[in-house]
Amino acid sequence: MKAYIKSAVRITDQDVLVDGKKIDIQKQEGETWLVNIYRSLGIQAPKFFKMDNLCKSGFLAAELAMKDCNQQTENLKKDWSVILINHASSLDNDRAYQKTIQDADNYFPSPAVFVYTLANIVTGEIAIRHKIMGESSFFVQDKFSHSTLKDLAESGFAPSKEINNMLCGWVEYENNHCDVMLFALSLEGEKNDDEWNESNINKYYQIEG
Amino acid sequence: MIYKISDNIISVLGFSSDENYRNMKEGKFGGSLHNPAEKNMPEPYFASILNSELIHDSFASISNSKTKYTRFEELAILSAAKALEEANIDAKSPEVIFVLSTTKGNVELLQDGQGFEKERVYLSRSAQLIGNYFQNPNEVLVASNACISGVSAQLLAFDLMQSKGYKYAVVIGAEVLSKFVISGFQSFKALSQNMCKPFDANRVGLNLGEAAATLIYKQENDNISVPKNTIVFKGGAIRNDANHISGPSRTGEGLYNAISKALQIKDHDKIGFINAHGTATPYNDDMESWAIDRSGLNNVPVNSLKGYLGHTLGAAGILETIISSHALVDNNILKTMGHETFGVVKPITINTENKYCDKTGFIKLISGFGGSNAAIWFEKI
Repeated sequence: MKAYIKSAVRITDQDVLVDGKKIDIQKQEGETWLVNIYRSLGIQAPKFFKMDNLCKSGFLAAELAMKDCNQQTENLKKDWSVILINHASSLDNDRAYQKTIQDADNYFPSPAVFVYTLANIVTGEIAIRHKIMGESSFFVQDKFSHSTLKDLAESGFAPSKEINNMLCGWVEYENNHCDVMLFALSLEGEKNDDEWNESNINKYYQIEG
Repeated sequence: MIYKISDNIISVLGFSSDENYRNMKEGKFGGSLHNPAEKNMPEPYFASILNSELIHDSFASISNSKTKYTRFEELAILSAAKALEEANIDAKSPEVIFVLSTTKGNVELLQDGQGFEKERVYLSRSAQLIGNYFQNPNEVLVASNACISGVSAQLLAFDLMQSKGYKYAVVIGAEVLSKFVISGFQSFKALSQNMCKPFDANRVGLNLGEAAATLIYKQENDNISVPKNTIVFKGGAIRNDANHISGPSRTGEGLYNAISKALQIKDHDKIGFINAHGTATPYNDDMESWAIDRSGLNNVPVNSLKGYLGHTLGAAGILETIISSHALVDNNILKTMGHETFGVVKPITINTENKYCDKTGFIKLISGFGGSNAAIWFEKI
């Protein structure tokens, strides 16, 4: 099986890179890094502000990746999957939810916070935004691994699944620290596309801004 | 060809799959109303809660490890150890891949660290410790896809067996109930304070449950050596609704797509029963009736096992696959415990009494938060 990288989006605490090229982010005083990215992209998606930081990170990366490969947000995408992996699962938001139930006399659990204590909600948010109706899966492992990422995408493209395109990557957010490497992949390659292999995965993960 | 070589369930209904299945067949159930004071919460909840001492003592009787494990880890290891003993395979071999299914793992350590290191709350840490316990050399991946985790873990295992050539897969699902999980479902107003009533006109919500369950699969090039008393994996798919993060598509779009992808229409007449997710929430059960109706499976008996042990979250997809496989081999379709009066929007056939099954296959459905849906089907030889 051969797949091709249509877009590679890297988000760290300092930089946003699309296909290895740095994107200019306008920094406004008093706004978080993720909100600054959102505003710089000029998108209208008020739901973004309800999301936890893991979902915000995945949402922004998906927005950039889909735009970079000219996918219309509103088109149904039955042959697209979204397969993500990270280390901290939803722990960043789990800790926030825990604060709402820690003490019996200060007990205010909210469904709007609880729902984001599931790691795979980020796959759901991306699927809703881009109408991705193929597989959605979320996995957890100890640290970023180019070989695991390669295996997951290849499994996701198994012929029986009838999937031709995919958002696949590492989406991590914990303790104000963002580490995202999201790829848009396709079974159809063009002349200048990088092939989906471990060295290309690493190439985009390692690039500095 | 991938087929099951052993399994185990640890729940309030027993410490083996046979015991769990037999108890369900006799109409026993594990849930009861719990006093909220146990976990310092405002409301009571109806759930199947395992006795911690019983787990710990059973674990101590098989383990000679010096590592101290959490309740969640003890449960997962105990279940896997029992299934491995029955399978009689060498877990230390690189030909064996482990996959763990859970939604929240050790999340209760956020409330009280119990003397464990702070990294212990990470799912991959538990996965690693479970792999280490069995001295397995491969990384243990965690499938964490809300309620469908147990089926997505099986499908990941099958993919990795096929693409990477692993001969055996040990798929473990486990979930313990903490204040964290129960309070969240209560905040959603999703819990019933009585036994849940799947597909019933008077259903008001789900019950939660604790369990660990393990499936061990083997891959062979042919089906000559497949024994008669087991199940063979035939097909499966995951599909997203792309609709809402905390509610299913009203018309079962994703689940219908998953069923269509997992199972071809020519195979419909092999299906003896559909083991639905059947959580007994108003939305889920109506949605499933839509998907089953749209698939043209209206006359196939449908059951839900949630009345027996509640929704065991990350364990559910594995536990219910095991129980359904034992029922299939026993030519039996289990009744839907808790169901009294038909009450979903589309005409489907709810199985209300244990009934003879004259067909060779079953399909397991599962759906969850995040808009994910999965369907997986198995046949006996």
